[in-house]
Amino acid sequence: MVPGIYIHIPFCLSKCGYCDFYSVTTTQKIPSFIESLQKEMVLYCGFFERFDTLYLGGGTPSLLDAGQIEEIIDGVHGNFPLSADAEITIETNPGDLGSELAESLHRTGINRINIGVQSFDDSTLAFLGRRHSSAEAISAIEKVRAAGFGNVGLDLIYGVPGQDMQSWMKTLGKALSFTPEHLSCYQLTIEPSTPLGKRYKAGEIVPPDEDLLYEFFMKTSEFLEASGYTHYEVSNFARDSYFMSRHNRKYWDHTPYLGLGPAAHSFSGNRRWWNHRCLDQYIEAIRTNMPPIGGHEILTDEQRRLEYLYLGLRTQRGIDLDTFRERYGYDLLHEKGELLRTMEREGLITITGNSLCPTRSGLAVSDSLSLIDP
Amino acid sequence: MYKSLPYSLGKAFYLVMNNIRNFSIIAHIDHGKSTLADRMIQYSGVVDERNFKDQILDNMDIERERGITIKSQAITLPYRGKDGRDYILNLIDTPGHVDFSYEVSRSLASCEGVLLLIDAVQGVQAQTVANLYMAMEHDLEIIPVINKIDLPAANVERVMEQIDSELGLDPYASIPCSAKDGTGVEEILEAIVQKIPPPKGDPEVELAATIFDAQYDPFRGTIIHCRIIDGTVRSGDTIRLMHGETTHRVEEVGVFLLPRQKRDSLSAGNVGYIIAGIKTVSDVQIGDTITSEKRPRSKPLPGFKESKPVVFASIYPIASDDYEEVAAGLEKYKLNDASFVYQKDSSVALGQGFRCGFLGLLHLEIVQERLEREYDLSIILSVPSVRYRFTLSDGEVVHIDNPAHYPDPTSIIKSEEPYIRAVMMFPERYMGSVMKLCKEKRGENSNLSYPSPGRIELTIEMPLADIIYDFYDRLKSVTQGYGSFDYDIIDYRQSNLALLDILVNGERVDALSQIVFRGSARERGLHACERLKEEIPRQMFKIAIQGAIGGEIISRTTISPFRKDVTAKCYGGDITRKRKLLEKQKKGKKRMKMVGSVAIPQSAFIAVLKSDQTQ
Repeated sequence: MVPGIYIHIPFCLSKCGYCDFYSVTTTQKIPSFIESLQKEMVLYCGFFERFDTLYLGGGTPSLLDAGQIEEIIDGVHGNFPLSADAEITIETNPGDLGSELAESLHRTGINRINIGVQSFDDSTLAFLGRRHSSAEAISAIEKVRAAGFGNVGLDLIYGVPGQDMQSWMKTLGKALSFTPEHLSCYQLTIEPSTPLGKRYKAGEIVPPDEDLLYEFFMKTSEFLEASGYTHYEVSNFARDSYFMSRHNRKYWDHTPYLGLGPAAHSFSGNRRWWNHRCLDQYIEAIRTNMPPIGGHEILTDEQRRLEYLYLGLRTQRGIDLDTFRERYGYDLLHEKGELLRTMEREGLITITGNSLCPTRSGLAVSDSLSLIDP
Repeated sequence: MYKSLPYSLGKAFYLVMNNIRNFSIIAHIDHGKSTLADRMIQYSGVVDERNFKDQILDNMDIERERGITIKSQAITLPYRGKDGRDYILNLIDTPGHVDFSYEVSRSLASCEGVLLLIDAVQGVQAQTVANLYMAMEHDLEIIPVINKIDLPAANVERVMEQIDSELGLDPYASIPCSAKDGTGVEEILEAIVQKIPPPKGDPEVELAATIFDAQYDPFRGTIIHCRIIDGTVRSGDTIRLMHGETTHRVEEVGVFLLPRQKRDSLSAGNVGYIIAGIKTVSDVQIGDTITSEKRPRSKPLPGFKESKPVVFASIYPIASDDYEEVAAGLEKYKLNDASFVYQKDSSVALGQGFRCGFLGLLHLEIVQERLEREYDLSIILSVPSVRYRFTLSDGEVVHIDNPAHYPDPTSIIKSEEPYIRAVMMFPERYMGSVMKLCKEKRGENSNLSYPSPGRIELTIEMPLADIIYDFYDRLKSVTQGYGSFDYDIIDYRQSNLALLDILVNGERVDALSQIVFRGSARERGLHACERLKEEIPRQMFKIAIQGAIGGEIISRTTISPFRKDVTAKCYGGDITRKRKLLEKQKKGKKRMKMVGSVAIPQSAFIAVLKSDQTQ
């Protein structure tokens, strides 16, 4: 339960049609962002005793040059006690990854690299509004391997309008040919506020139906597990338990984390808080020595319980019934025995000893699974 | 636009019966009854412009939203006539649904005349006719008023023809008006004075007052709304309710100005209120006669009917922890609705609850809605039922209104169900479709008459069970709104009945059981399954719904599960956003009742009764 640090790098060369993470498409404020970030770190210096993960997400962290990234990582080391074996991850866009950047990133101590491949099909990439081609993705993977990265993760998207099973399996097969240590396979979520969401509302695009999405989900899981990967979370697969994202797991089991940069979220104890979702506001707050916090909430027991369920049931590990009873004073097995047995009979969960785990088809409906308590 | 008439209303004034006019407004829904009442109230100046709000008489939210009047209301309007004399006009507003037709009849019994309001665009409608005939039964003076003449599509001449041919009234006596802009309101007030006779009665003889409504006031208890037919009542008198056989000491009497205004006495011809330390409205029966304890009348006024519930259903809290809250809510609600009755009940599937009786299905829906709104309760109602009569092999006769108490079928030697005599009026062209509907509802012994050319009056006997839930809506639909309907319960008749059970995932849900006519059991079973399929949301696993009679499955349907609902990403560290979505879903789920592992929404229990046509 050692805390982690997340840093949001809010810059992109262009916005992808489906993405609703916060970013701006001009790069001129990168220097003042880094300056603000350094000050924000000072603000939280001494906040936690130790960290064992650092995650540079975005946005597009690979838009920064190696020197800027090094500056940020140095800042982290200067302000926070990061353990020697810390997992340090960076998210990258294949279009940015030349040999030189790959090698410099490796030298900064980053030991885990995520590449936003999304698809090996160029028409799917075009639909998603990605600025790179599948050829660039292939070259990027080869370059990070050559630079010495031993923990490479590929991000992929399925359930794209127009995409069929064959095309998706082709992308998956191609991904496996690089034997990545980690794979994230995200079903496309159409967010209302995005350009894609607007096209959907206007009736211009038709997402795959529920049956097809289920099939995508199940086939992906079956195929990757047959290929030696563990389906350890709804969208995540690891070649070995060592390669499961240590950082992301903190989100799922109520481990504290500190988020830095605009729109970054933090959690500690029973409090969640988040920074301004606006670069200028963020920079301005820090300039005036104010914490750049946009909002916060204090979780009630009921909210914590719901989070414990919904986050836990997104993982293969599931939830521990004893822990649940001790923390929230609710004996699920006793109170909801009949419902749980029905779900077990229907092949959605397994109950072994104290652990309640979703099966593969259970993971596909884990949102509903998490609504089982009163 | 309106002139205020700020003269005082002296005590002596009320004693002059010649200056009193008691009237009601009858109209089809949406023909502008509330708006006309509003205008008359404004004209009279009893409410100043600052405090005025629309639909002043429909003061419950639910009345404003549904556009119907549920409770009777009365208001006193001062008016100075063209003859220079000051008049007191008592407007008694009436509910507009067949469930409350008895309340309407009591209001009309308190009047000498009515305004028959007709929409200048839509013309004469069925509901208008039903109430008009009731008004005629009471020998009331009828003043036709053609409303909404300001609308471009208004056709006053056509409406005048209908008044002549369909209603048999003198079209030249009608008054064109626009309640919206106030045109004609003064003419209407003048016509009320000129045409409606003043009340008769003798203030010196034994007291006789008819109760047309009773409302609950948290500070004063029950406020009786009544019309004094004969005699005089004063504060301090002891009154006797002749049917209720109770006596009470009068604390206060007064009239329905806004707000209520206290008087020393009320005498023959007046409409007003009596407060007599009566705790709940259930201690007062609509239609009862009030007389004086000291100098009682020998016989009560005619027309009294005990208000009896005809539709029964059980109420359960959605969360069983809320039982006490629901109990308290019902108790409070009951204070203001004498027609509503309840007692404790329990269900295997739904736990502890209450068995309740209603005047009809609209009444049931209103009670449900008001309990939820005004007392913030989350409740489930079981499938409504009528009261059946069974003769058992040991000779015992039992009345059953709850399918859960259906007797052991082997012990039943005779089954009977309540029948009604329905009276319907509609234009001749709908004859075919109305007869078809009545046949479907097991109508028998029909009788036709032609009250006016082109109009049919159909009297027919039907089982109550078949008309409680959607007959009125279906009739309105097949007659395009031109059919009126009224009924009386006549007797119990032998019938072949069966208990239809509903099984959800193999588990019997007793609150979904119905007592049905055996001849239509299969059809009803199928229908219930289909409706439940529409009402119960898909869940993570398959839901099997079956209809069964005895041990035999007679219908079945399946709700297929959904298989994919999880979103891909948890938005980096933003756990809040996703949790909020789930919290919202959870809230929706809390509005449903868990039966075993299946969540059944509130709407499902009434939906099994409603036919597809009314959806």
